[in-house]
Amino acid sequence: MRVNFVLSEVATGLRRNLTMTVAMILTTAISLGLMGTGLLIAGMISDMKEIYYDKVQVSIFLADDVTDEQRAAIDQQLSGSPEVANHIYESKDEAYARFQQQFSQQPELVQNTPPDALPESFRVELVNPERYSVIAAEFPNGQNGVDQVRDEGDFLDRLFSLLNGARNATIAVAVVQALAALLLISNTIQLAAFNRRNETNIMRLVGASRWYTQLPFILEAALAGLIGALLAIGGLVVTKILFVDKTLAGPIRAGIIPPVDWGAIAFISPVIAAAGVGLAAVAAYVTLRLYVRI
Amino acid sequence: MIELQHVTKLYPASSRPALEDVSTEIDKGEFVFLIGSSGSGKSTFLRLLLKEDDPTKGNVIVNGKTLNTMSKWQVPKLRRTIGCVFQDFRLLRNRTVAQNVAFALEVINKPQRTIKRVVPEVLEMVGLEGKANRLPSELSGGEQQRVAIARAFVNRPLVLLADEPTGNLDPETSEGIMLLLERINRTGTTVVMATHDYHIVDSMRRRVIELNGGVLTRDQSRGVYGVGR
Ligand SMILES: Nc1ncnc2c1ncn2[C@@H]1O[C@H](COP(=O)(O)OP(=O)(O)O)[C@@H](O)[C@H]1O
Ligand SMILES: [Mg+2]
Repeated sequence: MRVNFVLSEVATGLRRNLTMTVAMILTTAISLGLMGTGLLIAGMISDMKEIYYDKVQVSIFLADDVTDEQRAAIDQQLSGSPEVANHIYESKDEAYARFQQQFSQQPELVQNTPPDALPESFRVELVNPERYSVIAAEFPNGQNGVDQVRDEGDFLDRLFSLLNGARNATIAVAVVQALAALLLISNTIQLAAFNRRNETNIMRLVGASRWYTQLPFILEAALAGLIGALLAIGGLVVTKILFVDKTLAGPIRAGIIPPVDWGAIAFISPVIAAAGVGLAAVAAYVTLRLYVRI
Repeated sequence: MIELQHVTKLYPASSRPALEDVSTEIDKGEFVFLIGSSGSGKSTFLRLLLKEDDPTKGNVIVNGKTLNTMSKWQVPKLRRTIGCVFQDFRLLRNRTVAQNVAFALEVINKPQRTIKRVVPEVLEMVGLEGKANRLPSELSGGEQQRVAIARAFVNRPLVLLADEPTGNLDPETSEGIMLLLERINRTGTTVVMATHDYHIVDSMRRRVIELNGGVLTRDQSRGVYGVGR
């Protein structure tokens, strides 16, 4: 195969339909960028599940007037319970410190919250997170120094269903965009084949192999797919630096949201690139098969 | 070399067949005129030999291969043994004469060494040695057709198909083209030329196959254009 010949055909083809090529690259980039975002959110969700579900499932908030004896009794009861895998005590000061860190981005809120406004609590990890009601029954609200027992799992379930929704929406938009990208690729290839019909007609007549005739078009699409993928990866990197690392810095440091680390981006980048190149090449191949006589 | 066995070609959405029960045989090294008025089926005849299209009925055999049963991926190999020339030259406008001829070899993966050697040879043979670096737009019609012939012949095909190659040319220029096709025929290449230029047919006195509304009505060696002329 004459590499120079094929490459110069590819370059000419891309230049000749510049507007279509740009549209094709941008749509591909947006689609792949959203796909990458969806994958990152999915990764984040599973990281968050590890952070949250594994630690706190039930919070037992203590009343303001709890006595030392009551506190010790609760501690002992938790230690003795077969339902409890683990539990830690959080004092008012610790709760406030965590609160300060969590809301470091909103200093007014921190300033307007007196240090003793936050209750002390026991954070309990259950052997079986489903058995929240058993613990709740053991520590009735408003008795023996207990103010309130809260099922964090319930809250988390709602949080995660929200996050899952966000992930699904992102992926759905990515799929729609991918369809648009595929149609654009198909169109661009048809246009490219039309522009090069004299060349391809002669190639057919002198007995160039089908593969030789098709390759420039397929490479043209694959190259556009690759450029789109690189743009998408660039977009993810910029989003991480400008949005995730800056705007979400507080919650990330506080451990509420897991960080999007470079490893995750490095991991999905080849997936995005392969998807971009592969889909574009397949779209081009199918288009040539269906619409173009070669 | 070339054989048609009871070939009928009916284009879809057409009531009358373009070729109807045509049988003939053309031997290696022959020079054959395919004549008939416009629409009589000459181009269809040539297209079937190239497997650009398949017959509706019957068999087409070229260079010992039955085209009906030939698989798609074998078609390029068949076409490498057939050269073709058309009325409208079909040159690439943005390539020079030499590049146009070289293109036919590049796309079938001939080594650059071979291309460098054979392109000047064939350009000399068709009488364009000084014009290798011209663009088609800088050539006369006759010269453009010579480039097309050079491109068709450069890979030394067994068969050369010419579909009204002189259709766009004046009589003197046509004569030059005919001399060139005769010369190619003398190298052993079978030449099948569709035409309705009776001057040429009459002056050459070669085998004539006449089509009339898709039906083969005459097959005559050393023929002339009109019967009884
Ligand atoms: N691609 C096609 N589709 C439908 N009909 C065609 C096609 N090509 C040729 N024909 C018809 O077949 C007949 C023969 O055409 P053609 O082989 O081109 O004749 P010629 O070359 O002798 O002028 C004509 O009636 C023409 O209209
Ligand atoms: Mg014709």
